[in-house]
Amino acid sequence: MDLVTLLLGGAAVTAKIAAGAAVLALLLALPLGLGRSSRSAAIRVPCVAYIEFFRGTSLVVQLFWLYFVLPQLGIRMEAMTVAILGIALNYGAYGAEVVRGALQSVPQGQVMAARALGLSPWGVLRHVVAPQAMTIFVRPWGNLMIQLLKATSLVSLITIADLTYRAYQMHQLTMRTVPIFGAVLVIYFVMAQCIALATTLADRRFGRWRHVRAQA
Amino acid sequence: MNPTGVWDWAFAWSILPQLLHAGVYTVIATVLSFVGALLIGLPLALGRDAAHRPLRLVTGAVVEGVRSTPILVQVYFLYFVLPQAGIVLPALAVGVLALSVHYGTYVSEAYRAGIASVTQGQRDAAAALGLSPRATFFSVVLPQAIPPVVPALGNYLIALFKETPLLSAIAIVELLQTAKIIGSETFRYNEPITLVGLILLALSLVSAALIRRVERWSYRWR
Repeated sequence: MDLVTLLLGGAAVTAKIAAGAAVLALLLALPLGLGRSSRSAAIRVPCVAYIEFFRGTSLVVQLFWLYFVLPQLGIRMEAMTVAILGIALNYGAYGAEVVRGALQSVPQGQVMAARALGLSPWGVLRHVVAPQAMTIFVRPWGNLMIQLLKATSLVSLITIADLTYRAYQMHQLTMRTVPIFGAVLVIYFVMAQCIALATTLADRRFGRWRHVRAQA
Repeated sequence: MNPTGVWDWAFAWSILPQLLHAGVYTVIATVLSFVGALLIGLPLALGRDAAHRPLRLVTGAVVEGVRSTPILVQVYFLYFVLPQAGIVLPALAVGVLALSVHYGTYVSEAYRAGIASVTQGQRDAAAALGLSPRATFFSVVLPQAIPPVVPALGNYLIALFKETPLLSAIAIVELLQTAKIIGSETFRYNEPITLVGLILLALSLVSAALIRRVERWSYRWR
């Protein structure tokens, strides 16, 4: 019983980090994805550089860098902040590619037609491109969020008492390997299924426009 | 040696050989794990599309279960459980095994997509020519199924490569573990961890370029 309580405490930490990082990653991914698709090189190049840098170096190394190196440069953050920020910076880069893919799925003719009808560039994005891109966006974003959930286990390596850390610690104390890690795998699985379910529901909500498009 | 300042070039230079040597282990772990994943992926793909219903359900459960849980926990699980079952393997073998199984499930989904993309007419034609189901699969379906999924496989290779630093959690002396050791000996983390990041970035950019070449090569078979 004690085991379950302790693990659920760790699961709460994992959920908190995943939720915080997911929100921040979305806030990063939207402008990066838009900037990545920009025709202006001054906007596009920095976005590409950011995306390639964060996708090219490993998340574990990025977390270590934020945790060990930044304090020596005079920037001190709580481990929890490092965890959420590190995962968000990394998944923001992956998310930007999802945003770009969704934007590119909207046929160029739609943009031209909207411009011809006199919509401003912002109006085109807001009323024409975004609603259609949304239908494509939801599924890959949901998959990415499952990846993000799994990636939160890496924060245990920078001393945060998340689900994985608790399991490791309790294992060191009790050596009851199978029940502890078995339970942890089940908890992660259930959390991932929750994200998958949310994705399906969101896809049903936004995906209905796909039929409209198919008929048009 | 007593490194000074935020960044000490002499210190960075002095630890570079040690890190590059560790990089060899990172590359070895990546290559072995990827080959393992390619091999494990095939039976998983076949099992998931098998006519035998229980086999299909079990394979599906395994693939979904492995894909929905963190690789780090799987690494710990294997690392601690295998010795209790009387199987004592070096840490590197355990790490490679865990990465192979984890990425094998991803690879299996890519294989399935590739196999599904081979049209029924190809199978019908092979059957009409009197090929056995086995020959049909290995000589007709599989050679056409792989090239379209080469880009996906390439992406998994790079993803796998970037997962290898987590093997430091079970004390495999790859890049990050070496950086941690240097850090704990010298009390300096700036240079070792930054260099690890740069080495990984360089290797992943190079391998991405190589994969684009393999992709172009594989398109010839379409």
